[in-house]
Amino acid sequence: MSGVLAPVIEPGFFTSAPVHLALLIGGVVAVVSGVVGMFTVMRGQSYAGHALADLSVTGGSGSVLIGISPLWGFAGVSVAAAGIMDLIGVQRPRGRDLATGIVRGAGLGLAALLLYWDTTHTSATGTTITILFGSMFTIDASVIPVVIAFSLAAVIIVIALYRPLLLSSVSSDLAVVRGVRPRAAGTACLIAIALATSLSALTIGAILSTALLVGPAAAALRLTSRPGLVLAWSALIGLAATWLGILLAYDSYYWPPAGHGWPVSFFVVVLILVFYLLAQARPGSGRRPAPAEGQPGCSPDS
Amino acid sequence: MMTDHRAALGPDEMLAVDGVTVRLGGREVLHDVRFSIRPGEFVGLIGSNGAGKTTLLRVILGLLAPAAGQVSTGPGGIGYVPQKIALDPDIPLRARDLVGLGLDGNRLGLPLPSRSRRARVDEMLSAVDAAHLAGARVGHLSGGEQQRILIAHALVSRPGLLLLDEPLANLDIASEQEVVALLAGIAREQHISVLISAHDMNPLLPVMDRIVYLAGGRAASGPTDEVVRTDVLSDLYGQHVDVIHVHGRVLVVAGRGDGLGLPAEPAAPLAG
Repeated sequence: MSGVLAPVIEPGFFTSAPVHLALLIGGVVAVVSGVVGMFTVMRGQSYAGHALADLSVTGGSGSVLIGISPLWGFAGVSVAAAGIMDLIGVQRPRGRDLATGIVRGAGLGLAALLLYWDTTHTSATGTTITILFGSMFTIDASVIPVVIAFSLAAVIIVIALYRPLLLSSVSSDLAVVRGVRPRAAGTACLIAIALATSLSALTIGAILSTALLVGPAAAALRLTSRPGLVLAWSALIGLAATWLGILLAYDSYYWPPAGHGWPVSFFVVVLILVFYLLAQARPGSGRRPAPAEGQPGCSPDS
Repeated sequence: MMTDHRAALGPDEMLAVDGVTVRLGGREVLHDVRFSIRPGEFVGLIGSNGAGKTTLLRVILGLLAPAAGQVSTGPGGIGYVPQKIALDPDIPLRARDLVGLGLDGNRLGLPLPSRSRRARVDEMLSAVDAAHLAGARVGHLSGGEQQRILIAHALVSRPGLLLLDEPLANLDIASEQEVVALLAGIAREQHISVLISAHDMNPLLPVMDRIVYLAGGRAASGPTDEVVRTDVLSDLYGQHVDVIHVHGRVLVVAGRGDGLGLPAEPAAPLAG
């Protein structure tokens, strides 16, 4: 441990093909999650994001059974689930948790069955671990075009609806008066969240995918009040956590027990937590408490 | 969404509410409400809690369809300041961002930096004495400060009509007078019609041109001294009420003389 860079960047890091692919796909997914994550956190839909991620387990495990990339299953099921949750009232704060919880419970039950079949009926080993906790170094290069397409779709949705979503987060009445259709904007946003969670399910695993969606955005919200800068910080923090995580996982091949690298997802999630805590602890992030009269729950009529 | 039949508007009207009846959950909340507002007029919409003030404002805004009747508004659109809304401290939005959304919150894509847009936002922030709050996150501001930012948000698109839902609720007396003076000044300078709802008419008495008084789902409107009278309000409430003038304040009390509310609304003091 005498050199400066050698212990940090192990030999071969920059020449390994799986590392290149991990850096590319992981980086794209981190940026998408960071951008979509700002709207997830701002709209209070973190729980919906969690549920969509859990549900993508169902799709991922189903995909393995029929022999296609788990990404299709992740995205197909979570976009469909987003539509169902939207239909049964995920937009209304009161109905939201209930609707989300019911759909999530049913989906995870099905996932239990599919994962069981995956391990008993197919030759794929480690499927359960891959679906739940990701596999950054074993991603098949053939999914790159799909990753790019889903990424563009998710980012275009939230950037196009940037102002309508900001305004409807403040108040849906104000948005309607300004000519926004908050319901339609909310549905589109939920689909973007579903796409982002399925992308991060591919890289850091379905169970952990909301860490990438919610963590960097939550940290960015502590750093600045300018909405444009929050987007940039959120993407940057996600990217830093992912790339550093890949580096550490690569290095960990030489850590005990030697010859078995630690999972990338572990490092990514830990780094996100570290960044979040740093943002919280940052001097000047001490916040004035919200005024009591600004609380929700007022009656609709005067 | 917005009912806008200019033909139904009189030559000198900014808003005409014509026979509006609203039923919510089988109950008739408003019955045949009719009144009109002229350009530049400052009108108080007065009624106790539950009288239907918010419902009427929502009908005027097109957020709620009436069972009968129609609403006609003049040119320039409507600005709206909702009743105490929750401005979440987690929403990354500075005061100037929220005011800017009043200008182009419905547009797609990222807002491009524009000198004229910025100047307009700065001008509105100054008009509500909030220039110093421009860079502050709205969720961190006090209730009175948020109120002023929301007023700037509503006015930045230069509407012809401004609707405010209970803007004085939850304000202390000093901020109450401040907001009333601010609104009256803006209405006069920018020649905007203002319809402001309140459960207490007293803070508005010095600036109100006319009053729309809601009780029992019905409305009486006209100059304040022609509406706030024992005979008019007793007819509206459907029981005897007294209008009492005390030290320049107006109190409307139920006939029982206990100063409390009507039997139908035992806990709420009457408007005024």
